[in-house]
Amino acid sequence: MVSARAIAETVTDPELPMLTLADLGVLRDVSESDGRVAVTITPTYTGCPAMDTMRDDLEHALREAGYAEIDISVTLSPAWSSDWISAEGLRKLADAGIAPPARAPLAASGPIPLSLGPSVRRVRCPHCASANTEEVSRFGATACRALFRCLDCQEPFEHVKEI
Amino acid sequence: MSFDNAYEALGEYSDDTRWAFGTGFAEPLAGVDTSLPSGVDGELLAQYCLMLGDDALIMSHRLQEWVTNAPELEDEVALANIGLDLIGQARLLYARAGKADGTDRGEDRYAFFRDEAEFRNVRLVETPNGDFAYSMARLLVFATWRLALLHRLTASADQVLAAIAAKGVKEVTYHRDYAANWVVRLGDGTERSHERMQSGLDSVWPLVGELFVPHSIETRLSGVAVDPAALLAEFDEVLTQVIDTATLRRPQAAPLGGVSGRMGRDGVHTEAFGFVIAELQSVARAHPEATW
Repeated sequence: MVSARAIAETVTDPELPMLTLADLGVLRDVSESDGRVAVTITPTYTGCPAMDTMRDDLEHALREAGYAEIDISVTLSPAWSSDWISAEGLRKLADAGIAPPARAPLAASGPIPLSLGPSVRRVRCPHCASANTEEVSRFGATACRALFRCLDCQEPFEHVKEI
Repeated sequence: MSFDNAYEALGEYSDDTRWAFGTGFAEPLAGVDTSLPSGVDGELLAQYCLMLGDDALIMSHRLQEWVTNAPELEDEVALANIGLDLIGQARLLYARAGKADGTDRGEDRYAFFRDEAEFRNVRLVETPNGDFAYSMARLLVFATWRLALLHRLTASADQVLAAIAAKGVKEVTYHRDYAANWVVRLGDGTERSHERMQSGLDSVWPLVGELFVPHSIETRLSGVAVDPAALLAEFDEVLTQVIDTATLRRPQAAPLGGVSGRMGRDGVHTEAFGFVIAELQSVARAHPEATW
Protein backbone atom coordinates (compact mmCIF):
# COMPACT_ATOMS: atom_id res chain seq x y z
CA MET A 1 0.00 0.00 0.00
CA VAL A 2 1.32 3.42 -0.92
CA SER A 3 1.91 5.61 2.11
CA ALA A 4 -0.77 8.15 2.98
CA ARG A 5 1.78 10.93 2.70
CA ALA A 6 2.73 9.89 -0.83
CA ILE A 7 -0.95 9.85 -1.82
CA ALA A 8 -1.70 13.22 -0.21
CA GLU A 9 1.30 14.74 -1.93
CA THR A 10 -0.14 13.93 -5.36
CA VAL A 11 -3.32 15.98 -4.83
CA THR A 12 -3.27 19.19 -6.83
CA ASP A 13 -4.61 22.65 -6.09
CA PRO A 14 -8.01 23.24 -7.71
CA GLU A 15 -7.13 26.74 -8.92
CA LEU A 16 -3.44 26.22 -9.73
CA PRO A 17 -3.58 22.63 -10.99
CA MET A 18 0.09 22.63 -11.98
CA LEU A 19 0.92 22.65 -8.26
CA THR A 20 0.29 19.97 -5.70
CA LEU A 21 -0.99 21.03 -2.30
CA ALA A 22 2.45 20.04 -1.03
CA ASP A 23 4.18 22.36 -3.54
CA LEU A 24 1.88 25.16 -2.45
CA GLY A 25 2.69 24.69 1.23
CA VAL A 26 -0.96 24.11 2.08
CA LEU A 27 -0.41 20.49 3.11
CA ARG A 28 1.08 20.85 6.58
CA ASP A 29 1.11 17.33 7.96
CA VAL A 30 0.14 13.74 7.16
CA SER A 31 0.36 11.01 9.76
CA GLU A 32 -0.83 7.44 9.98
CA SER A 33 -1.58 5.26 12.95
CA ASP A 34 -3.54 2.00 13.03
CA GLY A 35 -4.87 2.59 9.54
CA ARG A 36 -6.18 6.04 10.50
CA VAL A 37 -4.89 8.95 8.47
CA ALA A 38 -4.70 12.46 9.92
CA VAL A 39 -4.10 15.27 7.45
CA THR A 40 -3.59 18.93 8.38
CA ILE A 41 -4.02 21.70 5.85
CA THR A 42 -3.95 25.50 6.09
CA PRO A 43 -5.82 28.06 3.96
CA THR A 44 -3.89 30.48 1.77
CA TYR A 45 -6.40 33.32 2.19
CA THR A 46 -9.25 33.18 4.73
CA GLY A 47 -11.93 33.61 2.09
CA CYS A 48 -10.42 31.03 -0.24
CA PRO A 49 -13.40 29.04 -1.53
CA ALA A 50 -11.10 26.25 -2.70
CA MET A 51 -10.59 24.93 0.85
CA ASP A 52 -13.62 22.65 0.70
CA THR A 53 -12.53 21.27 -2.64
CA MET A 54 -9.02 20.62 -1.33
CA ARG A 55 -10.47 18.78 1.61
CA ASP A 56 -12.71 16.69 -0.63
CA ASP A 57 -9.94 15.95 -3.11
CA LEU A 58 -7.62 14.76 -0.33
CA GLU A 59 -10.28 12.58 1.16
CA HIS A 60 -11.19 11.16 -2.22
CA ALA A 61 -7.59 10.37 -3.18
CA LEU A 62 -6.89 8.67 0.16
CA ARG A 63 -10.11 6.67 -0.03
CA GLU A 64 -9.31 5.51 -3.56
CA ALA A 65 -5.93 4.35 -2.28
CA GLY A 66 -7.64 2.15 0.31
CA TYR A 67 -7.66 4.31 3.43
CA ALA A 68 -11.03 4.18 5.17
CA GLU A 69 -10.57 6.41 8.17
CA ILE A 70 -9.47 9.89 7.21
CA ASP A 71 -9.42 12.89 9.44
CA ILE A 72 -8.71 16.25 7.79
CA SER A 73 -8.15 19.22 10.05
CA VAL A 74 -7.37 22.84 9.39
CA THR A 75 -4.78 24.93 11.13
CA LEU A 76 -4.81 28.73 10.94
CA SER A 77 -1.56 29.36 12.74
CA PRO A 78 1.07 30.09 11.60
CA ALA A 79 -0.61 31.92 8.73
CA TRP A 80 0.26 30.71 5.24
CA SER A 81 3.00 32.60 3.46
CA SER A 82 3.94 32.54 -0.23
CA ASP A 83 7.44 31.68 1.05
CA TRP A 84 6.10 28.18 1.73
CA ILE A 85 5.77 27.42 -1.98
CA SER A 86 8.53 24.87 -2.69
CA ALA A 87 11.37 25.48 -5.15
CA GLU A 88 9.72 22.88 -7.35
CA GLY A 89 6.43 24.79 -7.03
CA LEU A 90 8.06 28.07 -8.04
CA ARG A 91 9.53 26.40 -11.12
CA LYS A 92 6.17 24.86 -12.08
CA LEU A 93 4.46 28.25 -11.77
CA ALA A 94 7.03 29.88 -14.05
CA ASP A 95 6.68 27.01 -16.55
CA ALA A 96 2.93 27.60 -16.60
CA GLY A 97 3.39 31.29 -17.44
CA ILE A 98 2.68 32.58 -13.93
CA ALA A 99 5.38 34.77 -12.38
CA PRO A 100 6.29 33.20 -9.02
CA PRO A 101 6.44 35.27 -5.84
CA ALA A 102 9.69 36.72 -4.52
CA ARG A 103 10.43 36.48 -0.78
CA ALA A 104 7.62 37.96 1.27
CA PRO A 105 8.51 41.13 3.18
CA LEU A 106 9.56 40.48 6.76
CA ALA A 107 7.04 41.48 9.39
CA ALA A 108 7.95 44.90 10.72
CA SER A 109 7.96 45.40 14.46
CA GLY A 110 6.04 48.69 14.38
CA PRO A 111 2.93 49.63 12.41
CA ILE A 112 2.66 48.10 8.94
CA PRO A 113 3.98 50.63 6.40
CA LEU A 114 1.65 51.96 3.72
CA SER A 115 2.84 51.52 0.16
CA LEU A 116 1.75 54.39 -2.03
CA GLY A 117 2.35 54.68 -5.73
CA PRO A 118 3.06 51.99 -8.30
CA SER A 119 4.70 48.79 -7.22
CA VAL A 120 8.47 49.13 -7.16
CA ARG A 121 9.04 45.40 -7.17
CA ARG A 122 10.48 44.13 -10.43
CA VAL A 123 8.54 41.11 -11.54
CA ARG A 124 10.10 39.22 -14.41
CA CYS A 125 7.92 38.37 -17.41
CA PRO A 126 7.45 34.58 -17.45
CA HIS A 127 7.27 34.64 -21.28
CA CYS A 128 10.35 36.66 -22.33
CA ALA A 129 12.15 37.09 -18.98
CA SER A 130 12.19 40.88 -19.33
CA ALA A 131 12.14 42.85 -16.07
CA ASN A 132 10.45 45.72 -17.88
CA THR A 133 6.95 44.97 -16.59
CA GLU A 134 4.17 46.86 -14.85
CA GLU A 135 1.43 45.98 -12.42
CA VAL A 136 -2.05 46.24 -13.93
CA SER A 137 -3.95 45.29 -10.81
CA ARG A 138 -2.94 43.91 -7.46
CA PHE A 139 -6.01 41.67 -7.53
CA GLY A 140 -6.55 38.91 -10.08
CA ALA A 141 -8.76 35.93 -10.83
CA THR A 142 -8.10 34.43 -7.43
CA ALA A 143 -7.15 35.98 -4.11
CA CYS A 144 -3.53 34.91 -4.45
CA ARG A 145 -2.79 36.37 -7.88
CA ALA A 146 -2.09 39.85 -9.29
CA LEU A 147 -2.25 41.00 -12.92
CA PHE A 148 0.87 42.25 -14.74
CA ARG A 149 1.83 43.28 -18.25
CA CYS A 150 5.19 42.96 -19.98
CA LEU A 151 6.27 46.22 -21.63
CA ASP A 152 8.69 44.41 -23.96
CA CYS A 153 6.76 41.44 -25.34
CA GLN A 154 3.41 43.11 -24.53
CA GLU A 155 1.98 39.92 -23.06
CA PRO A 156 -0.22 40.07 -19.97
CA PHE A 157 0.60 37.60 -17.22
CA GLU A 158 -0.33 36.66 -13.69
CA HIS A 159 1.87 36.85 -10.64
CA VAL A 160 1.42 35.02 -7.34
CA LYS A 161 1.51 37.75 -4.70
CA GLU A 162 3.95 37.83 -1.84
CA ILE A 163 2.16 37.50 1.48
CA MET B 1 -6.10 12.63 -11.05
CA SER B 2 -6.46 14.75 -14.17
CA PHE B 3 -9.39 15.34 -16.43
CA ASP B 4 -10.00 17.17 -19.68
CA ASN B 5 -12.77 19.22 -18.16
CA ALA B 6 -14.57 19.80 -14.90
CA TYR B 7 -17.70 17.85 -15.91
CA GLU B 8 -15.72 14.73 -16.66
CA ALA B 9 -14.18 14.95 -13.22
CA LEU B 10 -17.64 15.13 -11.66
CA GLY B 11 -18.84 12.03 -13.48
CA GLU B 12 -15.80 10.00 -12.57
CA TYR B 13 -15.93 10.46 -8.82
CA SER B 14 -17.54 7.65 -6.92
CA ASP B 15 -18.47 9.20 -3.57
CA ASP B 16 -20.80 12.06 -2.79
CA THR B 17 -18.35 14.60 -1.45
CA ARG B 18 -18.10 16.34 -4.82
CA TRP B 19 -18.08 20.09 -4.53
CA ALA B 20 -20.73 20.68 -7.19
CA PHE B 21 -23.27 18.50 -5.42
CA GLY B 22 -22.52 19.75 -1.93
CA THR B 23 -25.14 21.35 0.21
CA GLY B 24 -23.07 24.20 1.52
CA PHE B 25 -19.63 24.98 2.78
CA ALA B 26 -17.94 23.09 5.54
CA GLU B 27 -17.85 24.85 8.87
CA PRO B 28 -14.77 27.10 8.61
CA LEU B 29 -13.25 26.22 11.99
CA ALA B 30 -13.70 22.46 11.52
CA GLY B 31 -10.67 20.73 12.98
CA VAL B 32 -9.36 23.84 14.78
CA ASP B 33 -8.89 23.72 18.57
CA THR B 34 -11.56 26.14 19.83
CA SER B 35 -11.25 25.62 23.59
CA LEU B 36 -11.54 28.82 25.61
CA PRO B 37 -8.47 30.30 27.29
CA SER B 38 -8.79 30.17 31.08
CA GLY B 39 -10.58 33.06 32.71
CA VAL B 40 -12.23 34.29 29.52
CA ASP B 41 -16.01 34.73 29.51
CA GLY B 42 -17.23 32.85 26.43
CA GLU B 43 -20.39 34.91 26.12
CA LEU B 44 -18.42 38.17 26.01
CA LEU B 45 -15.90 36.72 23.58
CA ALA B 46 -18.75 35.67 21.29
CA GLN B 47 -20.18 39.17 21.33
CA TYR B 48 -16.80 40.63 20.48
CA CYS B 49 -16.44 38.22 17.54
CA LEU B 50 -19.84 39.36 16.28
CA MET B 51 -18.70 43.00 16.30
CA LEU B 52 -15.67 42.25 14.15
CA GLY B 53 -17.53 39.71 12.03
CA ASP B 54 -20.45 42.06 11.34
CA ASP B 55 -18.05 44.85 10.30
CA ALA B 56 -16.52 42.46 7.76
CA LEU B 57 -19.80 41.02 6.49
CA ILE B 58 -21.55 44.34 5.91
CA MET B 59 -18.46 46.01 4.38
CA SER B 60 -18.18 43.03 2.09
CA HIS B 61 -21.84 43.37 1.09
CA ARG B 62 -21.34 47.01 0.12
CA LEU B 63 -18.17 46.19 -1.85
CA GLN B 64 -19.85 43.48 -3.90
CA GLU B 65 -22.49 46.00 -4.96
CA TRP B 66 -19.74 47.52 -7.14
CA VAL B 67 -19.48 44.34 -9.22
CA THR B 68 -20.79 45.23 -12.71
CA ASN B 69 -20.75 48.93 -11.70
CA ALA B 70 -17.09 49.82 -11.16
CA PRO B 71 -15.21 52.09 -13.59
CA GLU B 72 -12.95 49.30 -14.87
CA LEU B 73 -12.99 45.52 -14.92
CA GLU B 74 -9.77 45.38 -12.88
CA ASP B 75 -11.46 47.35 -10.12
CA GLU B 76 -14.47 45.07 -10.07
CA VAL B 77 -12.10 42.16 -9.66
CA ALA B 78 -10.22 44.01 -6.92
CA LEU B 79 -13.35 45.00 -5.01
CA ALA B 80 -14.79 41.49 -5.31
CA ASN B 81 -11.50 40.08 -4.00
CA ILE B 82 -11.45 42.47 -1.07
CA GLY B 83 -15.06 41.54 -0.32
CA LEU B 84 -14.15 37.84 -0.50
CA ASP B 85 -11.30 38.29 1.99
CA LEU B 86 -13.72 40.02 4.35
CA ILE B 87 -16.33 37.27 3.94
CA GLY B 88 -13.61 34.81 4.88
CA GLN B 89 -12.85 36.80 8.02
CA ALA B 90 -16.56 37.08 8.88
CA ARG B 91 -17.05 33.31 8.49
CA LEU B 92 -14.21 32.52 10.87
CA LEU B 93 -15.37 35.11 13.40
CA TYR B 94 -18.97 33.82 13.34
CA ALA B 95 -17.73 30.28 13.74
CA ARG B 96 -15.60 31.44 16.68
CA ALA B 97 -18.65 33.14 18.22
CA GLY B 98 -20.75 29.96 17.98
CA LYS B 99 -18.01 27.94 19.67
CA ALA B 100 -17.22 30.55 22.32
CA ASP B 101 -20.75 30.95 23.66
CA GLY B 102 -21.37 27.21 23.57
CA THR B 103 -24.45 27.46 21.33
CA ASP B 104 -22.54 26.00 18.36
CA ARG B 105 -24.60 28.21 16.06
CA GLY B 106 -23.34 28.12 12.46
CA GLU B 107 -22.29 31.11 10.42
CA ASP B 108 -25.60 31.21 8.53
CA ARG B 109 -27.56 31.70 11.76
CA TYR B 110 -25.59 34.85 12.43
CA ALA B 111 -25.58 36.26 8.91
CA PHE B 112 -29.14 35.47 7.86
CA PHE B 113 -31.30 35.04 10.92
CA ARG B 114 -30.54 37.98 13.16
CA ASP B 115 -32.55 41.18 13.03
CA GLU B 116 -31.21 44.66 12.46
CA ALA B 117 -30.80 45.55 16.14
CA GLU B 118 -28.79 42.37 16.75
CA PHE B 119 -26.05 43.42 14.32
CA ARG B 120 -23.06 44.98 16.04
CA ASN B 121 -21.20 46.56 13.10
CA VAL B 122 -20.05 50.18 13.16
CA ARG B 123 -22.24 52.44 11.06
CA LEU B 124 -19.36 53.30 8.73
CA VAL B 125 -19.78 50.05 6.78
CA GLU B 126 -23.52 50.26 6.20
CA THR B 127 -24.01 53.61 4.42
CA PRO B 128 -24.77 53.43 0.68
CA ASN B 129 -21.79 53.31 -1.68
CA GLY B 130 -22.33 56.80 -3.12
CA ASP B 131 -19.89 57.53 -5.92
CA PHE B 132 -16.56 55.76 -6.42
CA ALA B 133 -14.75 58.51 -4.50
CA TYR B 134 -16.98 58.05 -1.44
CA SER B 135 -16.48 54.29 -1.61
CA MET B 136 -12.69 54.68 -1.79
CA ALA B 137 -12.66 57.15 1.11
CA ARG B 138 -14.76 54.73 3.15
CA LEU B 139 -12.56 51.76 2.25
CA LEU B 140 -9.43 53.71 3.17
CA VAL B 141 -10.88 54.60 6.57
CA PHE B 142 -12.17 51.08 7.15
CA ALA B 143 -9.01 49.24 6.07
CA THR B 144 -6.68 51.60 7.96
CA TRP B 145 -8.69 51.15 11.13
CA ARG B 146 -9.14 47.41 10.73
CA LEU B 147 -5.48 46.81 9.91
CA ALA B 148 -4.39 48.63 13.06
CA LEU B 149 -6.97 46.63 15.02
CA LEU B 150 -6.08 43.20 13.58
CA HIS B 151 -2.37 43.90 13.97
CA ARG B 152 -2.86 44.34 17.72
CA LEU B 153 -5.31 41.44 17.89
CA THR B 154 -2.52 39.05 16.85
CA ALA B 155 -1.42 39.30 20.52
CA SER B 156 -4.88 38.34 21.84
CA ALA B 157 -5.06 35.90 24.74
CA ASP B 158 -7.52 33.93 22.61
CA GLN B 159 -5.38 31.84 20.27
CA VAL B 160 -8.15 31.43 17.70
CA LEU B 161 -8.79 35.16 17.49
CA ALA B 162 -5.03 35.78 17.29
CA ALA B 163 -4.71 33.31 14.39
CA ILE B 164 -7.68 34.82 12.52
CA ALA B 165 -6.13 38.26 12.99
CA ALA B 166 -2.71 37.16 11.75
CA LYS B 167 -4.22 35.98 8.48
CA GLY B 168 -6.38 39.09 8.23
CA VAL B 169 -3.40 41.44 8.64
CA LYS B 170 -1.82 40.15 5.43
CA GLU B 171 -5.07 40.60 3.53
CA VAL B 172 -6.08 44.01 4.84
CA THR B 173 -2.61 45.41 4.10
CA TYR B 174 -3.48 44.96 0.42
CA HIS B 175 -6.95 46.49 0.92
CA ARG B 176 -5.51 49.60 2.51
CA ASP B 177 -2.91 50.04 -0.24
CA TYR B 178 -5.58 49.69 -2.89
CA ALA B 179 -7.87 52.33 -1.38
CA ALA B 180 -4.99 54.70 -0.56
CA ASN B 181 -3.73 54.58 -4.14
CA TRP B 182 -7.18 55.46 -5.49
CA VAL B 183 -7.57 58.33 -3.02
CA VAL B 184 -4.20 59.71 -4.16
CA ARG B 185 -4.97 59.18 -7.84
CA LEU B 186 -8.32 60.97 -7.61
CA GLY B 187 -7.25 63.63 -5.12
CA ASP B 188 -4.09 64.52 -7.03
CA GLY B 189 -5.81 64.15 -10.40
CA THR B 190 -7.94 66.62 -12.30
CA GLU B 191 -9.78 69.52 -10.72
CA ARG B 192 -13.02 67.58 -11.01
CA SER B 193 -11.67 64.35 -9.51
CA HIS B 194 -10.03 66.34 -6.71
CA GLU B 195 -13.32 68.02 -5.86
CA ARG B 196 -15.23 64.73 -5.81
CA MET B 197 -12.56 62.98 -3.76
CA GLN B 198 -12.64 65.79 -1.22
CA SER B 199 -16.39 65.61 -1.09
CA GLY B 200 -16.28 61.81 -0.63
CA LEU B 201 -13.85 62.15 2.25
CA ASP B 202 -15.92 64.94 3.83
CA SER B 203 -19.05 62.76 3.68
CA VAL B 204 -17.35 59.79 5.31
CA TRP B 205 -15.82 61.81 8.13
CA PRO B 206 -18.80 62.00 10.53
CA LEU B 207 -18.70 58.17 10.69
CA VAL B 208 -15.04 58.06 11.77
CA GLY B 209 -15.48 59.08 15.42
CA GLU B 210 -17.45 55.96 16.34
CA LEU B 211 -14.53 53.71 15.36
CA PHE B 212 -12.48 54.78 18.37
CA VAL B 213 -15.12 54.71 21.10
CA PRO B 214 -14.48 51.76 23.43
CA HIS B 215 -17.49 49.55 24.10
CA SER B 216 -18.06 47.93 27.48
CA ILE B 217 -17.53 44.49 25.91
CA GLU B 218 -14.08 45.51 24.71
CA THR B 219 -13.23 47.01 28.08
CA ARG B 220 -14.32 43.87 29.93
CA LEU B 221 -12.30 41.64 27.60
CA SER B 222 -8.98 43.25 28.42
CA GLY B 223 -6.12 41.10 27.06
CA VAL B 224 -8.43 39.42 24.57
CA ALA B 225 -9.96 42.41 22.76
CA VAL B 226 -8.22 45.48 21.39
CA ASP B 227 -8.96 48.90 22.90
CA PRO B 228 -10.12 50.93 19.87
CA ALA B 229 -9.05 54.20 21.48
CA ALA B 230 -5.46 52.97 21.19
CA LEU B 231 -5.76 52.82 17.39
CA LEU B 232 -6.31 56.53 16.88
CA ALA B 233 -2.66 57.65 16.67
CA GLU B 234 -1.74 55.11 14.00
CA PHE B 235 -4.95 55.84 12.08
CA ASP B 236 -4.24 59.57 12.12
CA GLU B 237 -0.70 59.08 10.93
CA VAL B 238 -1.70 56.97 7.93
CA LEU B 239 -4.65 59.19 7.00
CA THR B 240 -2.47 62.29 7.18
CA GLN B 241 0.10 60.67 4.89
CA VAL B 242 -2.58 59.79 2.31
CA ILE B 243 -4.46 63.08 2.57
CA ASP B 244 -1.26 65.11 2.15
CA THR B 245 -0.04 63.04 -0.80
CA ALA B 246 -3.47 63.37 -2.39
CA THR B 247 -3.38 67.19 -1.89
CA LEU B 248 -6.66 66.96 0.02
CA ARG B 249 -7.82 68.75 3.15
CA ARG B 250 -8.45 66.89 6.38
CA PRO B 251 -12.21 67.20 6.96
CA GLN B 252 -13.50 69.00 10.04
CA ALA B 253 -16.84 67.39 10.79
CA ALA B 254 -18.51 66.54 14.07
CA PRO B 255 -19.01 62.79 14.63
CA LEU B 256 -22.47 61.41 13.92
CA GLY B 257 -24.25 61.15 17.27
CA GLY B 258 -25.96 58.10 18.66
CA VAL B 259 -29.31 57.55 20.32
CA SER B 260 -28.69 58.29 24.00
CA GLY B 261 -25.06 57.48 23.26
CA ARG B 262 -25.91 54.14 21.64
CA MET B 263 -24.37 53.47 18.22
CA GLY B 264 -23.68 50.61 15.80
CA ARG B 265 -21.95 48.46 18.42
CA ASP B 266 -25.18 48.62 20.48
CA GLY B 267 -27.39 47.68 17.54
CA VAL B 268 -28.45 51.24 16.71
CA HIS B 269 -28.05 51.68 12.96
CA THR B 270 -28.75 54.19 10.22
CA GLU B 271 -31.81 54.08 7.98
CA ALA B 272 -29.83 52.48 5.14
CA PHE B 273 -29.05 49.40 7.20
CA GLY B 274 -32.56 47.91 7.01
CA PHE B 275 -32.27 47.78 3.23
CA VAL B 276 -28.89 46.05 3.41
CA ILE B 277 -30.26 43.41 5.74
CA ALA B 278 -33.37 42.92 3.60
CA GLU B 279 -31.30 42.24 0.51
CA LEU B 280 -28.77 40.11 2.35
CA GLN B 281 -31.32 37.93 4.14
CA SER B 282 -34.43 37.70 1.97
CA VAL B 283 -33.56 34.49 0.10
CA ALA B 284 -32.33 32.67 3.19
CA ARG B 285 -35.46 33.68 5.12
CA ALA B 286 -37.84 32.77 2.30
CA HIS B 287 -36.30 29.30 2.03
CA PRO B 288 -34.83 28.67 5.47
CA GLU B 289 -34.17 24.96 4.96
CA ALA B 290 -32.98 25.20 1.37
CA THR B 291 -29.82 23.48 0.25
CA TRP B 292 -28.26 23.60 -3.17
